[in-house]
Amino acid sequence: MQAKRVIFPGRLLPYLLLAPQLAITVVFFLWPAAEALFGALYAQDAFGLAKQFVGLANFEALFHDPAYLEAIGTTFVFSSAVAFLSLALGLVLALAAEKAGRLAGLYRTLLIWPYAVAPAVAAILFWFMFDPSVGIAARGLRALGISWNHFLNGGQALALVILASAWKQVSYNLLFFYAGLRAIPRPLIEAAAIDGAGPFRRFAAIIFPLLAPTTFFLLVVNITYAFFDTFGVIHATTGGGPGRATTTLVYKVFKDGFEGLDLGASSAQSVVLLVIVATLTAVQFRHIERKVHY
Amino acid sequence: MARDGMVERDRGLTLAAHGLLILGCTVMVLPVYLAFVASTHPGADFLSGRIGFLPGDRMLENYAGLIGAGAGLQGFPPLGGALWNSLLMALGIAIGKISISILSAFAICYFRFPFRQTAFWLIFITLMLPVEVRILPTYKVVAGLSLLNTQGGLILPLIASATATFLFRQVFMTIPDEMTEAARMDGAGPLAFFWHILVPLSRTNIAALFVILFIYGWNQYLWPLMVTTDAAHSTILTSIQRLASTATQEAPVWHLVMATAILALLPPVAVILLMQRLFVQGLTETEK
Repeated sequence: MQAKRVIFPGRLLPYLLLAPQLAITVVFFLWPAAEALFGALYAQDAFGLAKQFVGLANFEALFHDPAYLEAIGTTFVFSSAVAFLSLALGLVLALAAEKAGRLAGLYRTLLIWPYAVAPAVAAILFWFMFDPSVGIAARGLRALGISWNHFLNGGQALALVILASAWKQVSYNLLFFYAGLRAIPRPLIEAAAIDGAGPFRRFAAIIFPLLAPTTFFLLVVNITYAFFDTFGVIHATTGGGPGRATTTLVYKVFKDGFEGLDLGASSAQSVVLLVIVATLTAVQFRHIERKVHY
Repeated sequence: MARDGMVERDRGLTLAAHGLLILGCTVMVLPVYLAFVASTHPGADFLSGRIGFLPGDRMLENYAGLIGAGAGLQGFPPLGGALWNSLLMALGIAIGKISISILSAFAICYFRFPFRQTAFWLIFITLMLPVEVRILPTYKVVAGLSLLNTQGGLILPLIASATATFLFRQVFMTIPDEMTEAARMDGAGPLAFFWHILVPLSRTNIAALFVILFIYGWNQYLWPLMVTTDAAHSTILTSIQRLASTATQEAPVWHLVMATAILALLPPVAVILLMQRLFVQGLTETEK
């Protein structure tokens, strides 16, 4: 990490400049994170009055808890579905926008704004469309012979939160895929066309491989999004239910800690999440380091 | 043949592309359009299933009522306050993050001092600690500082930012050293250099970052949910959840829920549509 060649003298000033950022980091990030780490090693009552060191027992209990294992499974299905759907739709729409000529800009405008819709709001919009008693989509499904009730049917509840989460994320993927497509040198595509490669062959042999770095970057971002930013989707609609059908890891840590006041288990869950974020961040950064030169 | 050059122009393919795009736009717009339609009907229309694809005539009453008088239900104050709280939170987060990050980046780029590397890593670590991960201990810290139900409690824990610091660092690294030399030769101190040269040169980066961070701040959900326990401090996003869950169990107030949803999504969507170029720049620069 290099600094500028020409710098300013100063002893106290740089620390003063860094002070606000570091103060916030220590008070609201490092201290709570350390507390989670240590808390995970203790058994505590709900009021934090009695504490007993239990080593890794909280983790052992966690990974033997069927509800937690179920949440891992749900998170896996949920995240894969959200990432796959939003990546596939983003790519298809970006490819189409590339072909749209002069209208590409207009389409892009009409497609990117859902980025600004909060996950919780997206969820409420989808709930309304699929509401068993007033929803238009639910009515349409009933006409097709499918009875839809995401308050009772766990699979349908999961489908609802997946759709709402993916809907909001398509615009992000579209933007990056579109930029990636525009960065592919035209002569490459033209050469392939002259050699007789049709549009689908060109996509499979040239465009998709050249988009691989973008796709990989987006995959990491989308998994991170599906893991951590979709809390609002679940909280605003299904509340983790019916039963535990839509309880993801992040939703569970909130529920056990904030509503259930089970501090030991909640801390252990926080530590597991911490390991997941750290891994995703490391992967993402290694990738960016290779692509952009800092 | 302008852009496509030697590549064949397949009419069928182009047509299919337009078809797909129109379908895509419909899928994107439809949920919001339906919400808007619902928000313009009287509540009774939902019982009779008369809500279709056309707006009703209650738009003014529904919105004005919500903002000025509230949903008319126990525990739901007028939404004007919640909108104001959301605005303050979004502005606070955006301005706070930008201010502390640009100062940190300045310190790290333009000074050499003991523990510089340590400071850099401390900032980097925040990337790995989103609020979802340290949810309960952070809540306890905020409660301990008596910041529950305050704007400070909403904003402060969210404004440390590694991404923004790295972005400004990158911008500063592209500024030629000759400029710093010239400034020093003219007798400018570090703060004068920062204020009169670095900040103006980073203007578009600041604006692009502001757009992204405003949306990020406005759309915060989990943290306000925990920190604001009384209705007077709730933001528009936490109001909508409470309204949706209580109201649909008792009486069908879907028209009010949907009006609240429209109010919650309008400001950040307007920001994207009005500042599209800055938005795209901000998104691709921060990559997060």
